[in-house]
Amino acid sequence: MSLDPATVRRVAKLARIRVDEAALGQLAQELGGILGWIEQLNEVDVDGIEPLAGAAQMALRLRADEVTDGGIAEQVLGNAPDRAGPFYAVPKVVE
Amino acid sequence: MTYVIEGRTGPWELVIGLEVHAQVVSKSKLFSGASAEYGAEPNSQVSLVDAAFPGMLPVINQECVAQAVRTGLGLDAQINLVSRFDRKNYFYADLPAGYQISQFAHPVVGAGTVEIELADGSTKRIGVTRLHLEQDAGKSLHDQDPARSFIDLNRSGVALMEIVSEPDLRSPEEAGAYLRKMRTILRYLGTCDGNMEEGSMRADVNVSVRKHGEPFRTRCEVKNVNSVRFVMQAIEAEAARQVQVWEDGHEVMQETRLFDPARGETRSLRSKEDAHDYRYFPDPDLLPLVLDEDWVASLRAHLPELPDAKRARFVAQHGLPAYDAAVLVADQETAAFFETVAAGRDAKQAANWMMGDFFAALNRTGRTIADSPVSASSLGGLLDLLADKTINGRIAKEVFEAMVDTGEHPAAIVESRGLRQVVDTGAIDAAVDAVLAANPDKLAEYRAGKDKLFGFFVGQVMKAMAGKGNPALVNEALKQRLA
Amino acid sequence: MLTDLTLVQARDGLRRKDFSAAELTGAHLDAVEALNPQLNAYITVMGDTARQGAADADAALASGDTRPLLGLPLAIKDLFCTAGTRTTAGSRILSPFVPPYESTVTANLLRDGAVFLGKANLDEFAMGSSNMTSAYGPVQNPWTRADGAKLVPGGSSGGSVAAVAARMALGATATDTGGSIRQPAAFCGIVGVKPTYGRCSRWGVVAFASSLDQAGPVARTVEDCAVLLGSMAGFDPKDSTSADRAVPDFAAACRRGVRGLRIGVPREYRADGMPPEVDALWRQGLDWLRAEGAEIVDVSLPHTKYGLATYYIVAPAEASSNLARYDGVRYGIRVDGVDLTDLYERTRAEGFGKEVQRRIMIGTYVLSSGYYDAYYLRAQKVRALILRDFTEAFAKVDTLLTPTCPSAAFAQGENMDDPVKMYLNDVFTVPASMAGVPGLSVPAGLDGQGLPLGLQVIGRPFDEETMFAVGAALERAARFSALPAIRAGAHA
Repeated sequence: MSLDPATVRRVAKLARIRVDEAALGQLAQELGGILGWIEQLNEVDVDGIEPLAGAAQMALRLRADEVTDGGIAEQVLGNAPDRAGPFYAVPKVVE
Repeated sequence: MTYVIEGRTGPWELVIGLEVHAQVVSKSKLFSGASAEYGAEPNSQVSLVDAAFPGMLPVINQECVAQAVRTGLGLDAQINLVSRFDRKNYFYADLPAGYQISQFAHPVVGAGTVEIELADGSTKRIGVTRLHLEQDAGKSLHDQDPARSFIDLNRSGVALMEIVSEPDLRSPEEAGAYLRKMRTILRYLGTCDGNMEEGSMRADVNVSVRKHGEPFRTRCEVKNVNSVRFVMQAIEAEAARQVQVWEDGHEVMQETRLFDPARGETRSLRSKEDAHDYRYFPDPDLLPLVLDEDWVASLRAHLPELPDAKRARFVAQHGLPAYDAAVLVADQETAAFFETVAAGRDAKQAANWMMGDFFAALNRTGRTIADSPVSASSLGGLLDLLADKTINGRIAKEVFEAMVDTGEHPAAIVESRGLRQVVDTGAIDAAVDAVLAANPDKLAEYRAGKDKLFGFFVGQVMKAMAGKGNPALVNEALKQRLA
Repeated sequence: MLTDLTLVQARDGLRRKDFSAAELTGAHLDAVEALNPQLNAYITVMGDTARQGAADADAALASGDTRPLLGLPLAIKDLFCTAGTRTTAGSRILSPFVPPYESTVTANLLRDGAVFLGKANLDEFAMGSSNMTSAYGPVQNPWTRADGAKLVPGGSSGGSVAAVAARMALGATATDTGGSIRQPAAFCGIVGVKPTYGRCSRWGVVAFASSLDQAGPVARTVEDCAVLLGSMAGFDPKDSTSADRAVPDFAAACRRGVRGLRIGVPREYRADGMPPEVDALWRQGLDWLRAEGAEIVDVSLPHTKYGLATYYIVAPAEASSNLARYDGVRYGIRVDGVDLTDLYERTRAEGFGKEVQRRIMIGTYVLSSGYYDAYYLRAQKVRALILRDFTEAFAKVDTLLTPTCPSAAFAQGENMDDPVKMYLNDVFTVPASMAGVPGLSVPAGLDGQGLPLGLQVIGRPFDEETMFAVGAALERAARFSALPAIRAGAHA
């Protein structure tokens, strides 16, 4: 199966990964190869089969409503590449 | 009478749906133990889970689930005992994980209804499609630095209930009534404080227009409108814009817009290179949410009396007209205040005083029921003084103003200012005589047939008695003298 | 040599005061210094931390402390967040990241007295079967081939396994998503255990595919792994997928024997083109178990062949979402851009290697609008069928026996031209991952080139004990004693 470069460009955009135009073709081929191989799943009869939810456990455990976390601004901000006092800083976003 | 916009080509109807985002009242966040309180120092209420550090995992808060279920019960909605969390994937500065945990395919609450009351006294049932739980995002500040935006994740992960209405609304007024009613219900339940200025309740408005009898046309979404008034204005502005587009021969494009209150118009959101593809899929860090029927039943059993039920009871028990009852139950504290005032007294009179002088005074002094200068028992005391004829209606107003100003009890004010109603017929007769003597020409006109002057004489006598004359006795005395 | 001891022997030796924890750790640090430049099994060596930990252990031992891992030096796969020590996930994007928190699994090991020698190398973000995709260089298998080619140790836990096989650690933590513990263990001639999904906490483990990732031990014997797992495992309320079950005595289970157990042989694992020596070893394994009193039963797992394709939809899909958080804003590297979107795109393009980028793209694609039903939803249904296969088989047998891999270790650079070729390495390990059932690989023999081959035991959910019993029986019968050429104490 082949993926066209426009599709690869769109997927790369959704994934926020910069792909050079020059590399698009190669990537399209690789991805196409993988997806083509995956197509074999179409052989399986999945009529009436429920998709697997979580393996092993049954239902979500509920936690008590208590404040047990937070107040760790230094830990939260300590690894930030760009920090402005108590804030993370990023290039200005225009709405 | 359906609301319409008159276009060049004729009348256009509106079709409106509202998506309300209501912040859940809880101590900690939906999936982390950080505090959900408003207004703290930036990034001081952030857990490593909220900040999406490597290896961090969500654990759900039971109270948030309970609040969602309570809200569903309050909306008379179906509670789904099995529901599921999905990831909504997109990139934004205030979304640390690059996805929001939400519920897409299987929300915790299904279909319900909200009954709204309109100004003409009619009611209308608006459908609620669903309610689901999701995480709130953090906050970006764009005005602190010329080249950078600053991110505060305190709000990131706070629980939100997204409540989606059916597209059953047909006018700005209906939309406003729906929002107000929704806020009232949420506040009654204690599941959201409904504070739109602070952002704990926000509305996305879906608007489309059509000619009568047509199926639905394309709609646009106006996002994040943060007051009832703006919602109504946004609807008008957006509907007018769409009518213009259609009548110009173009097509309305489905898009997301923002309302600019200063300009009174909506504008398209700029970041729209391609429509968001959220790639929803079940969150693999979580398992299905399974609720116990008995637990839901116990939540139901402990719900407070809701606005519609309270309104119905006020009509039945207190004999109030439906409109008055609706006004009084709009706020839980107001309803409670009213019931205290009305206890053992004339409920209609209590209602009239509250809806008239009392609300006016609150407005004037910028107070709310919670910090009212006049307590319920004080107001009740005033009604007692009226009932036993210690004062008359006009004096009561004067006493009430004094209560607002001084916070004193009505009985004390009446005594200290000597405002007791005069019932001494001798004094009344004397006042009547004096007035008639002082106005011979008016008396002559009256005798000549100008009946209207009776009111003038009543006014003059009341004035002479500093308002304290018992109106019935004054009337009686005047009638006798003028006969 | 101290580095030739098994973990259990070292534990007992410390308790008997045959040697000190300082000596034991010192010997391993010496081995790391001597061999790591060649094998590249460690990304970060924690020399000071290790020596301090050993000193503390000696003091504790002197006071009669009998914690199960006291003073035992381990390698930690660099996917586990270790407080105060750089954690890279084998990626450039996390190269400066120092977590302020300790993963639950490694906290459990520290609680039980273990000493950490360093952070072991791995395929980037645990995506790979060869440890060739690490941003910190490939790992070399301590086993060598006659033609002198450098071999891969397998992946993604290549560093953990190479460290143990070369005696640069007594044991190590690893993670398994589609075979990342079992396959490298087989390639390097040691034991690797993937427990039941939910047995170990995932809190603090850098997430790859959340519904598949499991932490597990690698060591040179089955009993060593049992001891390690006993410490690693346990319910964690911070992980919603963590199983609330008591941790059994896995080490005791190793001594049970296999009399009366039913061993299933899934016919679909006998694929066309399976190398004869792998098949022969498999039959040999069955003979060993039969001789020990087990009953061999043919079973069918009809959806086996779809395991890989299912895996390569589900895992990348979850990964594409799990790796969205690596955006240059809160931690890790940042590459500047003209605006925020550009910053994201450049940071991720430079921070992620090619294989990771490919998998994120596959994952994004299969979840995208119009494709969700055809790919992801379908894959999750096939996954349910794979689980059903196992469930039905386990109604008839107690464990399954299969080869771990279709071949022995291959050379660095082989299989790199086509991603799918690399994926096929996991054909025998992936189905157990998809079903969440436990799997163990035990070295059972050598191939024609003198390279190790492993046998895989697959158990019922939460019945690691029976799996350990069978694994230990195979180990006793196989008496695998071959050693890799590159190891501590070997002279070139």
